[in-house]
Amino acid sequence: MLATYLTFPFVRYAIIVGTLIALCSSLLGVTLVLKRFSFIGDGLSHVAFGAMAIAGVLHLSNNMLFVLPFTVLSAVLLLRTGQNTRIKGDAAIAMISVGALAVGYLLLSLFSTSANLSGDVCSTLFGSTSILTLTPGEVRLCIVLSVVVLTVFILFYNKIFAVTFDETFARAAGTPTDAFNLLIAIVIAVIIVLAMNLVGSLLISALIIFPAMSAMRLFKSFKGVTICSAVLSVTCSLAGILISILASTPVGSTIVAVNIAVFIVFSILAKCLGGTHS
Amino acid sequence: MPELSCSHLTLGYDGHPVLSDISFSVAKGDYLCIVGENGSGKSTLMRTLLGLQKPISGQIEWGADLRENEIGYLPQQTTVQKDFPATVWEIVLSGCQGRLGKRFFYSRDDKALVRENMEKMDILSFSRRCYRELSGGQQQRVLLARALCATQKILLLDEPVTGLDPKVTAEMYELIKRLNKSGVTIIMISHDVMTAVRYASHILHVGHSVFFGTRDEYTRSSLARQFLSVERDD
Repeated sequence: MLATYLTFPFVRYAIIVGTLIALCSSLLGVTLVLKRFSFIGDGLSHVAFGAMAIAGVLHLSNNMLFVLPFTVLSAVLLLRTGQNTRIKGDAAIAMISVGALAVGYLLLSLFSTSANLSGDVCSTLFGSTSILTLTPGEVRLCIVLSVVVLTVFILFYNKIFAVTFDETFARAAGTPTDAFNLLIAIVIAVIIVLAMNLVGSLLISALIIFPAMSAMRLFKSFKGVTICSAVLSVTCSLAGILISILASTPVGSTIVAVNIAVFIVFSILAKCLGGTHS
Repeated sequence: MPELSCSHLTLGYDGHPVLSDISFSVAKGDYLCIVGENGSGKSTLMRTLLGLQKPISGQIEWGADLRENEIGYLPQQTTVQKDFPATVWEIVLSGCQGRLGKRFFYSRDDKALVRENMEKMDILSFSRRCYRELSGGQQQRVLLARALCATQKILLLDEPVTGLDPKVTAEMYELIKRLNKSGVTIIMISHDVMTAVRYASHILHVGHSVFFGTRDEYTRSSLARQFLSVERDD
């Protein structure tokens, strides 16, 4: 049965894009969780939803060209306000993310010409079907961006580790930490925009955080955690996509459900093996 | 030629001075202790020396034999690090990041340096262990090895014995003394005046009144007598 499905190009596209997104999101997930940046990922995904709504209202032919720069810009702004002492970082992120969500929905309901508004909103939030309706152009864009993300991560792996473990030491050693924080935020923005196709904007954080958290239960080295997190993320996403095709469940929530299951299994394993911590 | 000389430094945040008109110098092989009450601006001074913030006014000059950023720094531990999945090896290796320059990956020389410093700190045997599983004293030795990878010349230590038990604290001080004897210049922040007087060659006392001089000058000063007698009363 599966073999028949695989002959359809849209299924193959979904699998290629799903694997790449899962790989990219899990790599940065480790840094995000350890740097206590998880909330930025969450905030940005809501911003991406707002941007998607604006793009829809403006009837842009290619949503990506608007959503991507908009989200990257927000990532830069979020990072700046996070360092501002007057507005608390987490409060600023909460304000921006909830604001973007509300304004996005407001714009859609005011201007949308679609007959099925709640269906559109639901698929943007939960990514129900968009992964199965990718065009070859979107697939190419996704491949190019994933390769860029992977290359950046591998080349700067040592510096990313240094900045994640001890920012003060890194700065004293002459590493431009502000530039690296910016780089991390931009890469995360790119990943989030890519991942909107796969799991929708509400569930992206799960894709970023769960594999990293699961890997941290069992592994003791940064490299081990990163590799394990990548493997887990790709496996969970592939499993999720296949299950959703066979059982006709929504893709995004199925992937997240698989991730949750793996996290629970890993937590139990960690307890049984004496646990690395907690 | 001093390794570090500061003249008429005024430090603080957003133009509000925390410390004003501080002058001192550190020669090669010195062991300088910066003491003072909590909130007296010790950490601000350390951050300024590391180039993490700019002084409001005054001059900081580093010795000619120091390349830029060639300072080993032992920071206070952050909460992030307490639960960080990384091996001892990975952490010490990150001390070489200043040597990377335009390169992306660590060279064989970098790794040899890491091994050498781990041996010096006696942590080579648990290089594959996870940092968060180590005891407080072992963690400090890991961070010290990392600092040594950044420099062999001058170390800045920020309260290196915080949270260590008395036995490990004494070992840590002996280790720092040994490094100093081998030619490493030490600048250490401490609120423990008693140990400062025991180990340091020079003392910089900051706070309401400022003192800079050798240890002997310090113990004879009225400022130290005040402080040392308070500690003895405790």
